[in-house]
Amino acid sequence: MENKKTELKVSALENGTVIDHIPAGHVLQVMRILNLENFEDQIYFGANLDSKKYGKKGIIKVTNRFFKDVEINKISLVAPTATLIEIRDFDVTKKSGVNIPDTVEGFAKCINPKCITNHQQITTKFYVTDKVNLKMKCHYCEKITKKDDVEFL
Amino acid sequence: MNNRSLISINDYSKEEILQVLKTAEEFEANPRQKILKNHVIASLFFEPSTRTRLSFESAINQLGGRIIGFTDASSSSVKKGESLRDTIETVSLYSDLIVMRHPLEGSARFASEINDTPVINAGDGANQHPTQCLLDLYSIKQTQNRLDNLDIALVGDLKYGRTVHSLVIAMSMFKNIRFHLVSPIELKLPRSIKDFIVANGHSYKQYTDISAVINNIDILYMTRIQQERFADQLEYERVKNSYVLENSMLDNSRDNLRILHPMPRVNEIDENVDSNKKAHYFQQAQNGVFVRQALLATILGLR
Repeated sequence: MENKKTELKVSALENGTVIDHIPAGHVLQVMRILNLENFEDQIYFGANLDSKKYGKKGIIKVTNRFFKDVEINKISLVAPTATLIEIRDFDVTKKSGVNIPDTVEGFAKCINPKCITNHQQITTKFYVTDKVNLKMKCHYCEKITKKDDVEFL
Repeated sequence: MNNRSLISINDYSKEEILQVLKTAEEFEANPRQKILKNHVIASLFFEPSTRTRLSFESAINQLGGRIIGFTDASSSSVKKGESLRDTIETVSLYSDLIVMRHPLEGSARFASEINDTPVINAGDGANQHPTQCLLDLYSIKQTQNRLDNLDIALVGDLKYGRTVHSLVIAMSMFKNIRFHLVSPIELKLPRSIKDFIVANGHSYKQYTDISAVINNIDILYMTRIQQERFADQLEYERVKNSYVLENSMLDNSRDNLRILHPMPRVNEIDENVDSNKKAHYFQQAQNGVFVRQALLATILGLR
């Protein structure tokens, strides 16, 4: 039943993208990472919705906006379970998950307080060294930032 | 390798490292070649460092190059709040190569990517100090005539010691190295680096006393133990003498044993060791000049 309801809500978009199965509590973070705070068309979002699979979940629906893989993979760091549903003319045209990228540029913060990126205006850059238990090596100071320590700029 | 910055020892392959060491031998034989007489080198020390800075400046001077720069940030525009980007952009216009030490980690990598002017990292906080690592390798090769099949003891603060970590990683490029790790329990080599040793086909053993290994090694690499690393000051008092080298301890050591130390030393090598032919730390400091000459020449495409 739950699935049917979700489909119905999804179908309500004429054109756009639904980001479903966002872990509860990360909806606003996902909005920020995708820079949807400055988006001018309609956005619906919900937090702490019931989910059979995950207990609680968040969902975002963005009108007339489609994401490139590079963009959407950014959210994989906070929402690895997210599902992306593209809608065109009320039909689901694509459904996909998110993948952790090889490099992470510009939106995560290095955990090392002595890293130059935490002191000057520098775009951060990391190499993902472990995709299962997320670990990222800073391009600059070479220190590892782990999943639980990831903060977003 | 022309026009390529040196930021981290990991930037160089084994072949490139060996090539730099070979070039350094040439400069050891003849350190006063005026190959930099048409070059201006910037020496930017955002924090003071006597040995590294003087060694670079001596290397440049002996090659006939001109030096511009500052010896600590308080005498530069940094004090007025200038960004590192602006400092490097400007200095690049005035020089052919930048030697840089900075207290923040990753600063040298950032500086090297601002434009095409090559940067040599002379230390970025606790991160990397690749010229120290190269001169350590040079000193090992100079005294043992090889970089394979060696028993190397590393003594002191193996947990935080940047030079120790870089040296272990660099030596692991070679074959059949047996690392003997001598440190207080609190200051053992980090697990990740021990795993790296094994993953590269080498072996290690851990000890808490120098005397346990001193007769079975080719290189004794001493480092300083800083009192502030100990949470328990009584523990420091208890262990500190286990890591002080005295001349009498060398009586039954191998003939080819040589003692290295990145310097400055405080009291971990007694002065009575200095006259022993196995003491090599001052030559090691001198090697810093030859290795830096080799790097300058290589990066500027003069070798």
